[in-house]
Amino acid sequence: MDQAFDLPGLYPVLPEIALVGGAMALLMLAAFGGARAAGASNWLAIVVLGLAAVLVVATGTGKYEAFAGSFVLDDFARFMKIVTLVGSAAAILLAQESVGDQARGQYEYSVLILLSTAGMMVMISAADLIALYLGLELMSLALYVIAASERDSLRSSEAGLKYFVLGALSSGMLLYGSSLVYGFSGTVGFAGIARALAGGDSGIGLTIGLVFIFAGLCFKVSAVPFHMWTPDVYEGAPTYVTAFFAAAPKVAAMAVFMRTATNAFAPIVVQWQQIIVFVAIASMALGAFAAIGQTNIKRLMAYSSIGHMGFALVGLSAATPEGLQGVAIYMAIYMAMTLGAFACILAMRRADGAVEQIADLAGLARRSPTVAFFLAMLLFSLAGIPPLAGFFAKFYVFLAAIKAGLYALAVIGVITSVIGAYYYLLIIKVMYFDEPAPAFEPMRGELRMVLGVSGLFVLLFFIYPRPVVEAAALAAKSLF
Amino acid sequence: MNDLLQDYLPLAVFLGVAMAIGLALLVAPFVVAYRRPDPEKLSAYECGFNAFDDARMKFDVRFYLVAILFIIFDLEVSFLFPWAVAFGELGWFGFWSMMVFLAVLTVGFAYEWKKGALEWD
Repeated sequence: MDQAFDLPGLYPVLPEIALVGGAMALLMLAAFGGARAAGASNWLAIVVLGLAAVLVVATGTGKYEAFAGSFVLDDFARFMKIVTLVGSAAAILLAQESVGDQARGQYEYSVLILLSTAGMMVMISAADLIALYLGLELMSLALYVIAASERDSLRSSEAGLKYFVLGALSSGMLLYGSSLVYGFSGTVGFAGIARALAGGDSGIGLTIGLVFIFAGLCFKVSAVPFHMWTPDVYEGAPTYVTAFFAAAPKVAAMAVFMRTATNAFAPIVVQWQQIIVFVAIASMALGAFAAIGQTNIKRLMAYSSIGHMGFALVGLSAATPEGLQGVAIYMAIYMAMTLGAFACILAMRRADGAVEQIADLAGLARRSPTVAFFLAMLLFSLAGIPPLAGFFAKFYVFLAAIKAGLYALAVIGVITSVIGAYYYLLIIKVMYFDEPAPAFEPMRGELRMVLGVSGLFVLLFFIYPRPVVEAAALAAKSLF
Repeated sequence: MNDLLQDYLPLAVFLGVAMAIGLALLVAPFVVAYRRPDPEKLSAYECGFNAFDDARMKFDVRFYLVAILFIIFDLEVSFLFPWAVAFGELGWFGFWSMMVFLAVLTVGFAYEWKKGALEWD
C-alpha cells in the first residue's frame, strides 16, 4: 500500500545517469573553477566516459529493462555502447589541442560531447519510439551546436545551420512515421508494434510509417538518398568535430536502425528488406563514384563514410543474425579506421594553419615515414584489402548477404568496393610517389596515440579477431 | 484499429473545413477583388510616412537570449502546474522526477548567469 519508496529500477540506466550527471558537474566545475578547471575539462570528460564504460561492463550479461520496457539493456546495447564510448573518448583526444589553440577555453565542447554521447546511449537502448526520439534529439541538438562551434568561421556556421535545418526535417519525417505507426498499431513499444504486425491487420498505413521512420534513420546514418548534408557539413565543420561526426554518431544511428528493423518491424521483413537493399546499393555506388573527383580530404572522407554506411547496410538487409553480427563488426572496425584517418588529417598543419587538400599530402612518405605508413595501412583497410581489418568487415557482411540469397547485392558491393579502392590508392600514390610538398608541423602526442592504437588494431586484427567477432555474435543474437 | 481511427474523425472533418475556408479566402480576392495598383499603394506602410530603412535590420543578440530564457522558464512553469495538481497521486517518484528536472534547469541557469548572458551591457 505504502508507495513511499516505490522507485522504478534504475540499474540499467546507470551509465546514462553517470554521463549526464558527469556532464553537468563538469559544466559547473569549468564555469566556476576558472581557467585551470576549464583546461582539464577534456581529460575529465574522458574519465566520465570511462566511468560510463565501466558501468556498462559491470552490468554483466543478460537483458534488463527500465521505464516499463521502453529502455532495454542487452548484449547488443552493451557492444554498441562500448564502441560508441570509445569513439567519443577518442574524438575528445583528437580535439585536445585544437580546442585549446583558440585560447577561448572551449570547455563546452567536451560537455556537449558527453551530452550527445548520452543521447546515443539512450538511442542504442531504445525499445520504443518515444525513447528512440528522445535519444536522437539529445544527440542531434548537441551535434548541431558542435558543428557551429567555431562561431567566427563562416563555413562552420554554415555547416551548423545546414545540419540543423536538414536534421530538423529528418526528425519531422521520423516523427510523422512514428505517428502513423502509432495510429495503425495502437502502441509505441517495439514489441507491441511487432505483435500488431504479426496479427496481420497491418494495412498500408504501417508500411508508410515504416518508410518515414527509415527515411529519418537513413538521414542520421547519411545513407543515399538522404546524404546531401554530409559532404558540406564534414567540410565546413572544424576538423576535430568532423572526426567526431564520422565516428560515434554513425555507430549509434546504425545501432538504432538495427534494433528498429529487427525488433519492431520483424514481421514485415520482406517490405523493409527492399528499402534497405536499395539504400545500400545507392550508398555504395555514390560513395565510390562521387569521391573520385574530390580534392579536399574532408569531403573525400564524407563520401567514404557514405559508402561505408552502404556496406554496413548490406549486412542489415540480410536480416539474419549473421548479417547483424557483420554490421556490428563493421561499425567497430569502421570507427577504428575513421578515427585513425582523422588523426592524420588533423596532423596536416603548417605554421600558417591547417590544410586539407589531398595535394598537401604529397611526399609524406619521405617527410614522416611512420605517419605515412600508418595512413597507408588505414587507407588500404578502408579500401578493404586483405589481411587488414577493413577486409574482414566487408567479408562478414557480404558473406551474410550471400547466405541470405542476396547475390546481386553482394556482387554490386564487391564491384563498388573495387571502384572505391581507386581513390584510396590514389592518396597512397600521392604520399609515396609525388614530389614532397612543404613539411607539416610535428604531430602532437594525442594524435600519435589515436593513430597508433587504430593503426595497430587495423593491422593486427586478423591475428586475433575472436574477441570482437564473438562479442558481435552475442550482440546480434540478443536482437532475435 | 478502426475504432482508434474513428475517434479522430472529427479532427479530419475539422481539418477539411479549415482547409476549405482558408483556400476560399485565399482564392476569392483573385477572382472578385477590384485592382488598380499605384506606387503609393504598393510601397511599405509605416504609420503614414515614408519607410525609414530596410525592414531587415540587425537586432542585438541579447534580445534572442532573453526570449530563449523566457521560453525555457515559461515552459518550466507550465510543466509545474499539472504536476502540482496531480502531486498527491504521483508519490515520491513524481516528486523526485520534478526535483531532478528543476536541478538540471538550475545547472543551465547557473551556467548562463556565469557566462554573463543576463547582463544587459
